[in-house]
Amino acid sequence: MPVKIAGEWLNSCSGCEIAILNLGETLLDLLPQLDFVHIPVLMDHKHYGQLGDKTQIDIPKATVGLVSGGIRNEEHLEVAHEMRKKCDILIALGTCATHGGIPALINSYTNDQLFAQYYHTESTDLDAQVPTNGVSKLLDRCYALDEQIKVDIYLPGCPPHPDQIATVILALLAGETPVLPFRSVCDTCPTKRNGKGKVKQIKRFITTPAFDPDQPLDQMQCLLEQGYLCSGPVTKAGCAGNNGEGPRCISARVPCRGCYGPVKQDGNQLLDMLNALVSNGIDIKSLPDRDSLLRFSGAHNRLVANKKGGM
Amino acid sequence: MGKTINISPLSRIEGHASIKIQLDDTGNVEKAVTHFNSIRGFEKYVQGKPAEEVTRIVTRICGICPWHHHLSSTKAVDACFGADVAPAGHMLRECMQNMAHINDKILHFYFLAAPDFVLGPDADYRVRNVIGIAKAAPELARQVIQMRQLGQMMMEKFAGKVIHPVAAVPGGFSKPMSDSQRISLMDDTKTLLEFAKFTMAHAKQNIFPNYLEEVTTIGSITTGFIGTVDNQGSLNFYDGQIRLMKPDGSFSDFHDADYLNYIGEHVADTSYGKFPYAKSWNEGFSMDLAHPKGIYRANCLARINVCDQISTPLAQAELEEFRKSFGRPAQHTLLYHWARLIELVYACEKTLELLSDPAICGRETRFDVTPKAGRGVGHVEAPRGTLIHDYTTDDKGLIVSANMIVGTTHNLAPISMSVDQAARMLIKDGKVDETILNKVEMAVRAYDP
Repeated sequence: MPVKIAGEWLNSCSGCEIAILNLGETLLDLLPQLDFVHIPVLMDHKHYGQLGDKTQIDIPKATVGLVSGGIRNEEHLEVAHEMRKKCDILIALGTCATHGGIPALINSYTNDQLFAQYYHTESTDLDAQVPTNGVSKLLDRCYALDEQIKVDIYLPGCPPHPDQIATVILALLAGETPVLPFRSVCDTCPTKRNGKGKVKQIKRFITTPAFDPDQPLDQMQCLLEQGYLCSGPVTKAGCAGNNGEGPRCISARVPCRGCYGPVKQDGNQLLDMLNALVSNGIDIKSLPDRDSLLRFSGAHNRLVANKKGGM
Repeated sequence: MGKTINISPLSRIEGHASIKIQLDDTGNVEKAVTHFNSIRGFEKYVQGKPAEEVTRIVTRICGICPWHHHLSSTKAVDACFGADVAPAGHMLRECMQNMAHINDKILHFYFLAAPDFVLGPDADYRVRNVIGIAKAAPELARQVIQMRQLGQMMMEKFAGKVIHPVAAVPGGFSKPMSDSQRISLMDDTKTLLEFAKFTMAHAKQNIFPNYLEEVTTIGSITTGFIGTVDNQGSLNFYDGQIRLMKPDGSFSDFHDADYLNYIGEHVADTSYGKFPYAKSWNEGFSMDLAHPKGIYRANCLARINVCDQISTPLAQAELEEFRKSFGRPAQHTLLYHWARLIELVYACEKTLELLSDPAICGRETRFDVTPKAGRGVGHVEAPRGTLIHDYTTDDKGLIVSANMIVGTTHNLAPISMSVDQAARMLIKDGKVDETILNKVEMAVRAYDP
């Protein structure tokens, strides 16, 4: 019997869904074992009946539920509860679902501050009012899924590597509990580390690091040791996939910014990174902007609005 | 008042939207309103962030077209910092920009739109999807999946991340391309070009002729168009002047930095998404089907309409054939699908052209940049339309304010109008069924929102 799967996307960008499609032929070969009953990006099952005449959201029962995106408005919340009710095993897919992701950067601001900016840009008509008719009311902030519903499996990543999506699906098909890496990006990074360096100040990524493009990653010195901020030490591993050369941003010769969220589900990437820098004698005043260290994990009250000002 | 039909969520599209159709007592459409429900506030939370970091934050506006946000944003930061771009870096960016268009078009045509055409608008919703196609035409499905995967992995292998990329940096590109990578990418692009040619021929022979009635009726409206052309008036995805065309085919060209003189954004009470309109036409904004005001469209059909010609031979031949059949500007909404395939051919040809120049392997891909106060506008053609990022930085190079006009938003008013048109045309005297409602959604899907 194929396994019934339901999918939903909430406060998200659809990158996680594209990551599922990037399973390529693996997904095609798995299809006979999967029975998608609801997934708006790919199929036409509707919330309010196929004729749009129901008043309650209804999603079919499924064994596995995939939810990407955090929870930002009343409709997201209703859909999240319906998914929880109808799915035996609920997977938080991607860092928006597990930790709020980039959209949780809004948690540094109130909704009024958001509206005041968005509906008053230079190109916007001067008489603009905040829309209220038939659009879902915003909650006070952006929530990770587990702040509102119980989550069974956390599969972070922005987006998650297709290898890990496959690992989870295959384990569930075999009736097993999926095992994902519990390490940091640095643990999977082949760059050369020479021990505590002479770096005292953090450099912005506006200059080219030292590397020989004809040589593999293991011939490049660690970007943090070269003085560039790199969130590898405080970020969960996985972006390299099963057989990658190394962490994906590092393989582009660009430092990590933490897109898999903290190594431990309840870790704090900001505090952990500041600790790491301080313990290496690096002046944290040289960081141009600390909130950026929480750019992927600002839910769970890590980022909070300054109601008086905002920028 | 008659009943309300709530089509939610719109499906096989890339964003979040729903339609409410209000029927009157006789079962005819009183009004059909499209709600665009997403608001995340990127303009707000990029404030205070270092501009060079913002190029890898705004990618999350869209997981399907992150490359285009990445590149448009990087161009805006270049302009804020007054940065010179290393020539090889510039070529690599343009190459990635075109490659990303290839995958996007394969995704939309086969995965999202094709079920309506291959299986039919009236097929059971449980099979009217890409999984249904995999069962009905397994060989074609496998080929499609291989081709899309090839396109994605070409980019990932070279640039590290294909979804939410990081390799474009102010001043250039993060790493050079080796000659062996160039040759290998050229071979793969040739494979994709063959597939593009097959797709174009297959659609013209086996798909479009079967749906001529739908193509010339569903969602049809009359509007202006927007897109980017180079200094010869040829289609260009990466750089050039923005061309804004009126419904009568007359047009004006402008630099992206002047966009505020040409584009305004209307806010409707029914949508978080704003509705851009042609401010320079000085007629205001109205979505009245009989007398629209300020309405223009973006995305592939718009680009195919505004360009004088296409610089690559196969796509140019397709353009000529298209214009012979449908004129310029072509207005029928479902022709977006046809235009998209012409652009698929172009994107493959253009990528090959860029990879054919060994200068793309230049070792210096990136100049150092110095953060400073400034204002910069960057734009590219995202698959879904002209994509503008406009930043102001302070003397530390932190973002002070940002404005973004995203490809799909240009089409929010036209989509709303096409839905209204399709609903009024298809729902008569209380007769409404799943096929009719799916046909209303087909008017949305053509725009690939």
